[in-house]
Formats: sequence, structure tokens, C-alpha cells
Amino acid sequence: MGQREGAAGLTTSAPQTAQAVTLPTTLDEAVAALTAMPAAVPVAGGTDLMAAVNSGQLRPAALVGLGRISEIRGWQYQDGHALLGAGLTHARMGRPDFAALIPALAAAARAAGPPQIRNAGTLGGNIASASPNGDALPVLAALEATLIIAGPGGARREIPVSHLLAGMEMLRAGELIGYVRVPLLHAPQVFLKATGRTGPGRSMASVAVVLDPARRGVRCAVGAIAPMPLRPLEAEHWVAQLIDWDNSRAIVPEALHAFGEYVAAACIPDPVPAEDGSVTQHPPAVLHLRRTVAALARRALGRALS
Amino acid sequence: MSNEAATATTAAEAAPAPEPIPHGIGASLPAADARAKTEGTFPYAADLWAEGLLWAAVLRSPHPHARITSIDTSHAREMPGVRAVVTHEDVPGSPLFGRGKADRPVFASEVVRHHGEPIAAVAADHPDTARLAAAAVIVEYEVLDPVTDPEQAFEAEPLHPDGNLIRHIPLRHGDPDAAGDIVVEGLYRIGRQDPAPIGAEAGLAVPRPDGGVELYLASTDPHTDRDRAAACYGLEPERVKVVVTGVPGATADREDQGFQLPLGLLALKTGCPVKLTATREESFLGHTHRHPTLLRYRHHADADGKLVKVEAQILLDAGAYADTSSDALAAAVAFACGPYVVPNAFIEGWAVRTNNPPSGHVRGEGAMQVCAAYEAQMDKLAKKLGVDPAELRLRNAMATGDVLPTGQTVTCPAPVAELLQAVRDYPLPPLPKDTPEDEWLLPGGPEGAGEPGAVRRGVGYGLGMVHMLGAEGADEVSTATVKVHDGVATVLCAAVETGQGFTTLARQIVQETLGVDEVHVAPVDTDQPPAGAGCRGRHTWVSGGAVERAAKMVRTQLLQPLAHKFGMSTELLQITDGKITSYDGVLSTTVTEALDGKELWATAQCRPHPTEPLNETGQGDAFVGMAFCAIRAVVDVDIELGSVRVVELALAQDVGRVLNPAQLEARIEAGVTQGVGIALTENLRSARGLIRHPDLTGYSLPTALDAPDIRIVKLVEERDVVAPFGAKAVSAVPVVTSPAAVASAVRAATGRPVNRLPIRPQAAVVTGQ
Repeated sequence: MGQREGAAGLTTSAPQTAQAVTLPTTLDEAVAALTAMPAAVPVAGGTDLMAAVNSGQLRPAALVGLGRISEIRGWQYQDGHALLGAGLTHARMGRPDFAALIPALAAAARAAGPPQIRNAGTLGGNIASASPNGDALPVLAALEATLIIAGPGGARREIPVSHLLAGMEMLRAGELIGYVRVPLLHAPQVFLKATGRTGPGRSMASVAVVLDPARRGVRCAVGAIAPMPLRPLEAEHWVAQLIDWDNSRAIVPEALHAFGEYVAAACIPDPVPAEDGSVTQHPPAVLHLRRTVAALARRALGRALS
Repeated sequence: MSNEAATATTAAEAAPAPEPIPHGIGASLPAADARAKTEGTFPYAADLWAEGLLWAAVLRSPHPHARITSIDTSHAREMPGVRAVVTHEDVPGSPLFGRGKADRPVFASEVVRHHGEPIAAVAADHPDTARLAAAAVIVEYEVLDPVTDPEQAFEAEPLHPDGNLIRHIPLRHGDPDAAGDIVVEGLYRIGRQDPAPIGAEAGLAVPRPDGGVELYLASTDPHTDRDRAAACYGLEPERVKVVVTGVPGATADREDQGFQLPLGLLALKTGCPVKLTATREESFLGHTHRHPTLLRYRHHADADGKLVKVEAQILLDAGAYADTSSDALAAAVAFACGPYVVPNAFIEGWAVRTNNPPSGHVRGEGAMQVCAAYEAQMDKLAKKLGVDPAELRLRNAMATGDVLPTGQTVTCPAPVAELLQAVRDYPLPPLPKDTPEDEWLLPGGPEGAGEPGAVRRGVGYGLGMVHMLGAEGADEVSTATVKVHDGVATVLCAAVETGQGFTTLARQIVQETLGVDEVHVAPVDTDQPPAGAGCRGRHTWVSGGAVERAAKMVRTQLLQPLAHKFGMSTELLQITDGKITSYDGVLSTTVTEALDGKELWATAQCRPHPTEPLNETGQGDAFVGMAFCAIRAVVDVDIELGSVRVVELALAQDVGRVLNPAQLEARIEAGVTQGVGIALTENLRSARGLIRHPDLTGYSLPTALDAPDIRIVKLVEERDVVAPFGAKAVSAVPVVTSPAAVASAVRAATGRPVNRLPIRPQAAVVTGQ
């Protein structure tokens, strides 16, 4: 391609020789390395970052590799929650022991791409790159996960995942996502995505539904149709009242159907009439997306309650 | 020349020889390079190296249509490490090149006509420096409105001095006033398939002391590439040599002259070897694609469903340059009615220029697009008549002796009805109801959103045909040399092994004819006589034919002295497993003894019977031979999400003769899968002439999960008497037919018209449930 930004800074004929790569073994070392070299870019699985480097869109002056930080590659339990290391790979999250804890996150991890990507890509990377197609993101939004951010000098602060994805709070210089705290709900959870193909692919739309029987709540998030996961809160509250929580969580099929439509209408609202009262209908592709979201939400809740 | 470069290419031949058990025609001989390819040691063009090489990068246009007001290379030239920058001003020879019509500039000079058109090229001592220097070439553009709708091309300002109409074929056959009781109409759109070879383009140019240049390329047509390069460099063809390296996949004209020609220019200018390895993005921008096509059809049939007349308008989007669009149009028009008997046909075909990405040869070009349309018409007709779609096709199936709309009589075997019956009568795949529900592979895939209650199964049919070899008077000739020495045979032929299996076939032919088990096929370069492009099955036919003739001549030289000595003709002697025996068993010796240290050589040519161009009404005997195929597709469709999974494709094909069963099955499976890509996912989308996602994430190739079970139900071995061994080319016709079959099955599952490929999910949704 003809136009490449960043060409001006070039002074030597072998621009890659001076690159520094740091491989810290603890989170605080990583934060210190980032603080010492503000131009450095942290890299975990590299599934997005290295593609950008290879295509010349990104030329990091230095890299801080997070792959050797063993403390963030596993998980631990903390008063009713799981504290997930940001370095957990999709492949690890897809395994049955993890699926027994957080089924929807495991399903999203298994659907996240071909094995090569799942072996390398991490939970923290999925959050940090914040791609609209990130399969873990609607699940984390539905779970109302909290991010534990490591900062300089051993500082730790917490921000809700939705705040970061919405840009309400940002990572500051030198900060890294250390852990993700997720409630253990001990109830069915479902993640579904529509890709338009049988093999692994980017989601056109995805839906995560988690049940919270202790609070008699249903939480739902829709991914891939907007820059961040969308929460249809009214639809969640409405449908939670229709579930017979004491009687094996029964629901009438009409309510499932209506829930799907409710979620779709909340995420892709009807067109607003113009001043003269005329309504421009959505184009067919948007109508299809809306039907897809409705079907996914209906199926996801149906499976969670079955 | 550079020794390093040469060793890289000959290393391909150093792969360990396979077990000599299967040999000869009809055996499943494995490819000699299979082991090296699976182990990753096979050297492809991107693996080449030469001492002191420079790296090239090409500056490509970011606009689909613009006037170039100035090109300033001074900044790029001044960058440290940059050794040369070339633009249109540095082309010493012909500034234009092209297949058939020289209409494409080596470098754009005044206007750019498509996104990714080369403007300048740089050689530097590091690939990154070269890329950055290319980016530092300052080009000022006056951006022009792109013509991206081929229907607008007729009226638009000419994009090229030659005008926007590349070719128009108004085919007229039969009675224009004929009309049927039943009429069905349809409008169809076919997307842009990219050949997406597994390895992107790469090459190395090495200057020669005599002022010439050697190009090490993954070329599929080395002599044409050499001639074009020589014309561009202003050199005699003898001073340019193309050496063919390992070819990483080719289902099309895989090479992009946009980098080949600059590579040699840079080598000549710097006096150093110059290498380029294209990124996937450049690969998508640079090489040619399948023609996006718009088709309008009207079929007339009588009350019994017999076709009376077909009217069609076919519009191919050629992109900015002619390339092979004329050939694609001829195939599209000639096969517009498919393998059916149609007494009256009126087909208008146009290929027009636009500012969309360039189109060119991709296997089954022209024939694939019309197949999707005429098969959709047959489904429509069957629905209107209330007849089974397979039955309707059988009633109209073509056979040997029938006449094409071009007036050409089909003289080769055309067992169309037999093929269709074979796939129709093959047992349908069972529904998965006996296996646990969580093991079902539903549309959407494992972990997908598929729900059994929303899945409908559909069965559909496709019948397709392609022509083999170049059409309309193209001189299809190939030359091969066979030599035998010390019990080892060597084949020299400039037919490029692209993975289609030519070298394996050549070994089999020589084994069969000479009884020598150890056969080597020499690497290809342009010092050998031309063998032509590797497309339309021509190497099986003409190069295989040339190898056979040369081997037979060597056989005669070998046996003549023996026959003379024993007073019998050579026909009474036979060679098996390296032993020569006479019919009566009196004579028994070995090939090595008979050779007696001598080296025997023979060179032969194969040239099929000539063809003629289509005339002004689209009539003429334009094709050497044709191949046919029938496919029955079974699909599962999630009718709420519109996701489609192809469950099974059952195929019957007219192959003439099976020369290597394993290789033939692999070719058919590959072709069918490429067709599934066209049907469901492969479409290189552009918006106002700009390619939106030139990467393999945005461009979805079928994966193992997308590929269906492929059942080769029947291979009809009715020999084609004019073809060497009676064999027909097998790769292209499954590509042509499987998209139509998949679309037909989706139509059956959903009741939707499905008039656009690839099938978008919204076209496979059933609303109002």
C-alpha cells in the first residue's frame, strides 16, 4: 500500500535491530518495565498486535512480553468470585474444569477462533484490544466482571469491565490488566454466536445469557453489533419476573420469544420517524441482524433455562 | 548467474524418491515432492536467496481511479540503504503488456485505474527500508470518480484509450421467434472470488554478466512471462531467462506482473540480485480475480419441460484491463445454456472495463458463473412445472452428437444423463437423529448457535461443463524430451508443476512406456521449449501427450536393435519392470543391458486439432474438448439465522480415463471445496473500487469444518479418442458445478430464490415462521 504513516522517523537502513524486548516474570516487574520505557508496548498472545506489526501498521519501539508472568496465567478463588489471570489463554479457558466454573466464558473461548489463535490469545488481550468481535467481552459484560489493574509502585485499582470498554475509564501510562474478577453464580450460562459459516469465524452477532438464581436475575449482553457489548437491562428485568424460579426455572415459550424480540429491539431500535411522520425502514442487512440477535437471545435464554 | 539461487531450485529434485511399488498409468503414484512439502523443507519462491541481494517493494495506488499529476522520487532515493527507484520513466522497452491485448502499463504514468495498481518500485538493502522508501515516493493525485458498476461502464467516460467495451458476443442460434408455453426469468449476481494461493507471490531477479537477467519465479507460464519481461526491458527474449521455483498453489494465473516486471528492472538497474516477497495484502491487490458477473435469463420450455429457447444477457466485470476476459466471455456465452439440448439460443455477452479490482483467469472462468444461473433457471422451471428438478434436467440432458449454441457439435463423450442418474440414485446421507444431540454438526459449527428445531435439510442438483485447453484458435502446443541412461529416465518439459500433479503423471507415462521405474522430472526454465500455461487441463493433455510421444520414440530406439537382431518387429517386444521380453519368451534381457551404456534421447511435440474463433454471431467450433460433471448437494440450513452447512456433495464426473486415482480424487475434492467457497463465503468485497478487507480474516476460505463430505459416486471412463490416453482434465468442472448445486439445495431447503453467490445469510432465512 502506498500510504504508510510513521515513515518520517526512519534514520537507519536496518530499523529493527535496535528493538528492545523485556520478559518480566512478575506483574510488578512488567509495570516497572512499562514505566521505564513509556514507548514500550505490552504483548501477551500477540494475535492482534503481531498482525499489526507484520502489516507495518505498528512499529513498537520496544516490547514487554507478558508470557512469562506465571501469576496471571491461572486463577484462584476469592469470596464467591474467581480471580482470573489476564494471561489465561482461550485454550485453557475452554477446558472442562474451567467450563464447570464459568460455562459461558468457556463457550466463548472455545468459539474464539481456530486452535492456533486460541492457544496464543489471552483473556486480558481480548479486553485490551477491545475489538467489537471479541468473544469474551459480552460474557464479561453479562457477568459484570471487574478488572484489577496493576499500576506503578505495586498499586492496584479496580474498574468494571464495562467502564473500560465504554471508554469511561482508561488504562493510564504504565498500567496493565492484571486480573479479572468474575462472580461464581453456580447456574447455567450460555454464549451463542452467529458467524455465517461452519468453520471458525468472526461473529456477526453474539449473545451471552447468565442466570443469577441467588438474586433471581437474568443478565444478558449482546456482542459484535456495536463497538462495545450492549446490555438490554429492561428486557433482563422483565424476563426475570416471568421465570418460575422455585419450580425448576420454568418459563412459557411465548415469553422466550418475546424476550428475543425485546432484546433485539433494545439493541437495534426501530427507526425514529422523521418530522413529517414518515419512517425510513432499516435496510435488509440491519433487519437480518436484528432477527439474528432475536433468535440468539431466545435460544440462549431457552438453553439456560432448559 | 547465482549459484545460490540455482541450488534452491534444484533442491526440489533432491527430495527422497518414493517407494517404487505403485507405478505406471492407473496407479496411485504419490508425488515425489510430497514428503518435502509436508515436512516444510520444499523450497518455494519466497525461500530463495542470493549473496548480496537487495529487497524490492512496490508502491501501489491507494485510489481506484485518479490522474497522476506528479511523482517525486527524490526523498525515496535519498534514504540511506535505497539503491534504486523506478517508475514509468525507467521502462526501457514496451510500457504496456497484457495477455492477448497489451493494455496494462508496467507502471501507471498518467492515470491509475484500480486500487493497487503499481506506480513505482524500490530496491534497498532491507525489506523494511524498501517498504518505507516506497511510501516516501510522493505521488500527487487528482482523484477521479471511479466507475464501479459494470452496467454504467457502457455510458461512462472511457477509462482506457481502447474504450470500456473489451468484447461483445451476440450469439444467435436458431429461431428468434420460437416461444415456449412456460417461461421463467431471473436475475443473478456472482461475486468476486480471489484465487488466494496458499503462498503469496515472491520472486528473485539476478542480473547476468551479458546484460540480461534471470527471473526466479513461481510462474505457471514461464515463456509468456519471459516474453513480456523481455519486451518491457527492451531485451531480446534470449537474454531473459525465467526459472520456475516451487509454486505454492495455483488455481489461476497466479503471478502478478505488477511485481515481476519491476523486479527485473531493479536488478538490471542496480546490477544486484533483487528479491521481493509480497504480503497477503499486496497479493490480494495485485493478482487477478474471478469475474464478478451479472446475468439475466429467460428460459422457454414446452409443457413437458423440454427447453425451447434460452435468452440471456451476461455482463462480466473485467476490471481495468482486458487480460483473459475475452476467453472468459467466450466460455460464458458458449456454455450459457449448460449441458442441455437447447434448439434456440440468443445470448448477449459483454466484458467491460471498470475501476474494480482486475479480473482474469481463475479455473472454470465464465463457465462457473453461467452454471450458477442456468441451474437456478432449471430449478425455477421445475418448480413452475411441478416436476422433480432432477427429472427435468434428465429430460433435457445433452449427449454426444448434440449441438452447442455455438453450432459446434459435441463429438467427445458427453454422458450427462448417466452422471446425473448416478448422483440422484446414490443413497442420501442419514439424518443425525441416532447420534446424541450434542454431537451433531449443525450450521454455525461446533459451539455455534445452531438449533435442531430451526434446521431444514435441502437436496439440490448441479450439472456443469467446461472446455479443455485454450479456445478460439489458440495454439496449444507442448514439447517434451525424454532421455534414458543407466536405467534412469529423465523428463524435460516446461510444464510447471503447480500441485496439479503433472510431474507425477509424467513419471507414470514414462514408467508405462519404457518400463523404467526411476523417472526424474527436471526443473523448468525457459531454456526448454515452451509448454504453455498450466490451465484448463492443458498439461495432462498436451504436455502428457508430448511426454508419451517422446517416450515412445525412445522405446523404439531402444528396441529397434534387439528386434532387428531377432528378426521381429518392435511391437512384438514388451517392457515390464525393467525387463524386455519377446512375445514368445525367447528373448529376455533388461533395459540396462539393452542400453549398453548408451544414452537415448527423443523430443516430441503434441498439438491438438485446431479450433476457430467465434464469429460475429457467436458461431464456430471454438473448443477442443469438453468435460462434464453432476453434483448432488445436501445442505442443512438454520432458517432463522440463515447459516448454511453443506453436509455432503455427491459427484459423478466424466473423466475419460483415470490415470492416477489418488491424485484424481484429490483434485476433485479440492475443486469441489473451492466451489463451496464461491457458494458460501468467498467474495472479495470492494466499496467504490477499494478492496475493503485484503486479508484472510476478511476473506473467508473454506476450512476443514466448512468442507462437506465429498462422495465420488461415479467416474465415467469413456475415453475421449482425440485426447492422449483418452483422459479429460478433472480440476475445473467441479469448481464450476458445486456452487450451483449448493445454491440449488439451499433453494430446496428454504424455498427462497437464492439468486446471488456467495449466499448471504439473509437470503437463506425463512421469515414469517
